[in-house]
Amino acid sequence: MAWAKKILRVNLTDGSIASEPLNMEWAQAYLGQRGLATRYLVEEVDPKCDPLGADNKVIMATGPLTGTMASTGGRYSVITKSPLTGTVACSNSGGFIGAEMKMAGWDMIIFEGKAASPVYLHVENDNAKLLPADQLWGKSVWETDELIHKIHQDPQIRIACIGRAAEAGCLYSAVINDLHRAAGRSGVGAVLASKNLKAVAVRGTLGVGNIKDPKRFMQSTGEQKQVLAENAVTGQGLPAFGTQVLMNVINEIGAMPTRNMREVKFEGAHKISAEAMAEPRKSDSKPNLTTNAGCFACTIACGRISTIDKGHFSVENKPQYWGNSGGLEYEAAWALGSDTGIDDLDALTYANFLCNEDGFDPISFGATVAAAMEMFEQGVITTEDTGGIEFKFGSAEALCKAAEITAAGEGFGKDLGMGSKRMCEKYGRPELSMTVKGQEFPAYDPRGIQGMGLTYATSNRGACHLRSYTVASEVLGIPEKTDPLATEGKPGLVKAFQDATAAFDSSGLCIFTSFAWTLDNVAPQLDASCEGDWTAERLVEVGERIWNLERDFNNKAGFTAKDDTLPKRFFTEPANTGPAEGKVSGVEQMLPEYYDLRGWTPDGEVTTQTRDRLDLPS
Amino acid sequence: MKITLKLYATLGDYLPANAFENTASIDVDGSVTPNTLIDKYRVPRELAHLVLINGVYCAQPERDSAVLKEGDTLAIWPPVAGG
Ligand code: SF4
Repeated sequence: MAWAKKILRVNLTDGSIASEPLNMEWAQAYLGQRGLATRYLVEEVDPKCDPLGADNKVIMATGPLTGTMASTGGRYSVITKSPLTGTVACSNSGGFIGAEMKMAGWDMIIFEGKAASPVYLHVENDNAKLLPADQLWGKSVWETDELIHKIHQDPQIRIACIGRAAEAGCLYSAVINDLHRAAGRSGVGAVLASKNLKAVAVRGTLGVGNIKDPKRFMQSTGEQKQVLAENAVTGQGLPAFGTQVLMNVINEIGAMPTRNMREVKFEGAHKISAEAMAEPRKSDSKPNLTTNAGCFACTIACGRISTIDKGHFSVENKPQYWGNSGGLEYEAAWALGSDTGIDDLDALTYANFLCNEDGFDPISFGATVAAAMEMFEQGVITTEDTGGIEFKFGSAEALCKAAEITAAGEGFGKDLGMGSKRMCEKYGRPELSMTVKGQEFPAYDPRGIQGMGLTYATSNRGACHLRSYTVASEVLGIPEKTDPLATEGKPGLVKAFQDATAAFDSSGLCIFTSFAWTLDNVAPQLDASCEGDWTAERLVEVGERIWNLERDFNNKAGFTAKDDTLPKRFFTEPANTGPAEGKVSGVEQMLPEYYDLRGWTPDGEVTTQTRDRLDLPS
Repeated sequence: MKITLKLYATLGDYLPANAFENTASIDVDGSVTPNTLIDKYRVPRELAHLVLINGVYCAQPERDSAVLKEGDTLAIWPPVAGG
């Protein structure tokens, strides 16, 4: 329905709820979702505020195509200042709640202040109420979801909520919607917890409307679905194998970060790969992968639904985990598996279930466990610190226990919940934290894929693959193949990916469409549905504006060029094997050209000229 | 000479019977290129999208000329992506 043109503003301090018109001038400049919500954040939140204080705000935002019939048009994002990084946070999720919000008539919900006691927001079209959540506090995501459905006696309600991890102060806690879809990164869940906001429950029955040219929109979305169906990646690869198909690819090219990113190949990669998920297990003759699944309106359906062997040690006598649930994506499998040296697929799946059940990011969690394992190996921490758990690389038991205590915020789980930066600092070994701006790395080694080093160093939310996925070009040849070991040309490549991704993330569509679509495929769908003339060129400009707006927020929060770097390991410990053997990250060589291309000062500040060109707020 | 052949994702179906974990050790005679093996194992050429020799990308035009050596690993995927 393109923009609903309405925002729901919820003041948690005084309990007031108000509807206000969407700023359409900003919508033309920042599109929606990530971009538009960041514009509101910049206007309303002091970049220097305490992320867990009442002054921070949290925005749940849809894009103009959310809730429409465009393929993958079900995305929403949670935008706030991150307690993990101190930068802007924007975590994107699929599932169904984004579309439900739009069908209830809202582009965004802005939460401000802090409730005196736990509450949840119930929205039914125009009718929005804050309700007490004392009975939900202390409950997991899965329990909360069930209880809210019972309270309202409506199976159609869509729910986004936090679990026990966020309540316990886990700095990488997530907001989970529809049971196993996550606004996963940067600790957005902890911000909800700091506001005593347990859940948002939405029912929308207003349907789809407000499309500029419905006939052209139907035709355009139909044509673009055809493009996805006919593309081998989005039509066949992703539904069959999910993102996990990358496990063997990245391992084979020698860019698989292993054992806290010391090594670049994992000998157990195959055992935790997409191929292994599809193989019947020896123990019960059933495969880990039960089926694939799709988010709202998605014609790709890359999601994994998995089942753990009932006899596996992790779920023995725990029938609540015997059913199927959200399975491993590549990022989770890497962090929980390769980075910890664990090749037990069902153990990783169990840890992943707990990440969904109690709402915490499997990437940051796995990477933090990996850092703890390296400290344990070096004798920096012992079983006295860990409550008796032997944090040995390769120990599936340690991983499962670690997930249980992090979910509950118990004992050493409190340390794990700090994230690897704060945990390693606490034990006097900050160099063992594999983070940028406090956020843990994803699954691509920056020595073996050089563009990703620059991606991590400059990402506006700390280390992240989803800000410019140059793996597509450097490894997979999309849209064209570049050499993963070269630094030449990468600043331009990273910038192009960053700007295009910011536009995708602001549209309501899933970034996975970009394996088949470019902005040339997105623009006609927006142009048919939204006011204004939407071309690919304009979307690139919008993306660039969003990138600079986020950067400016971070600069004002105190981040400088000094923060655009990687942990020492990537400069002093060359890759030990594979095509990148002997190589370190060339990020320092790439940064000056990147700043120049961006129109920033050598200190990474947005110049007045760039600010004027993009019409950024001062 | 011995070559390690790895066929992944849907290409796993084309592996010889002795394969384990998508990997087979194969014996070849004389000079072989990626395309020699792609054809020998009946992998449709249009599905041999990502071709790596010892982890290094082998572009389409080189698949008839790059000669494999004893102990090399040839790994092949259909069009795939993730994130
Ligand atoms: S491609 Fe995957 S993540 Fe994206 S909308 Fe579809 S199912 Fe969800």
